[in-house]
Amino acid sequence: MEYEHVDGKDKGKIVLYALSTCVWCRRTKKLLGELGVAYDFVFIDQKSSEEKELYKDEIRKHNPRCSYPTLVLNDERCIVGYQDEEIREALS
Amino acid sequence: MTDITEEEIESTFQRLTADAKRSGYNLNPDEEFTKELVESLLINGKRYGYWACPCRLADEVKEEDLDLICPCDYRDVDVEEFGACYCALYVDKEIASGEKEAKPIPDRRPEREERAQFKASSGKGVVQTELAYPVWRCRVCGYLCAREEPPGICPVCKAGKERFDRFM
Repeated sequence: MEYEHVDGKDKGKIVLYALSTCVWCRRTKKLLGELGVAYDFVFIDQKSSEEKELYKDEIRKHNPRCSYPTLVLNDERCIVGYQDEEIREALS
Repeated sequence: MTDITEEEIESTFQRLTADAKRSGYNLNPDEEFTKELVESLLINGKRYGYWACPCRLADEVKEEDLDLICPCDYRDVDVEEFGACYCALYVDKEIASGEKEAKPIPDRRPEREERAQFKASSGKGVVQTELAYPVWRCRVCGYLCAREEPPGICPVCKAGKERFDRFM
């Protein structure tokens, strides 16, 4: 599985699972940019059918409903949806 | 990846606005936000052949995705309960007038297995054989009509014929 990397401050391992067409996902990305943190992201909808299943298995470990955006911090904490305050509090 | 033009976005936005107004729905008043969603719908239209919800992962098999073709089967209940649909394209009066802001909401779409069960049980309700015509119900907005076949397009919410169930 491949992720795109965005440079920034090291706040631990941050992975964003998103859809390229989802406006809430875009807002989450924008917020991460605003916070200036380093993170990896992937647009699941742009992957092949086989790859999608692999990413979905990964997302389900943290968010069984497999909805977007799913933000995973240090493989432990999972924030589902564009939760502005919660993301700020976790990363600032 | 997108080759959607500004003109396409604008004309679709105008059409959706007019359709919504005519049938008692409201689009999100944040025009920039709404136009991003319109662009996403047009992208999905081009890549899948139908307007899959931009905020949910489509299966790319129309039969599996029928419930999330915009307007999705969950729009009306979400607007009722949360003031906005899942992607916040459609909102209630309070959000439309700017009194409240649209916020992200949980996804109520059932998992694939639950959807399959529901599909198997729907349309097998009370079928009154003595009716002069069968009654069809739009799964998106609840519109009912008594005629031999469901309409090609729901006159209220514009959902396609394949989204009607036999109601009576």
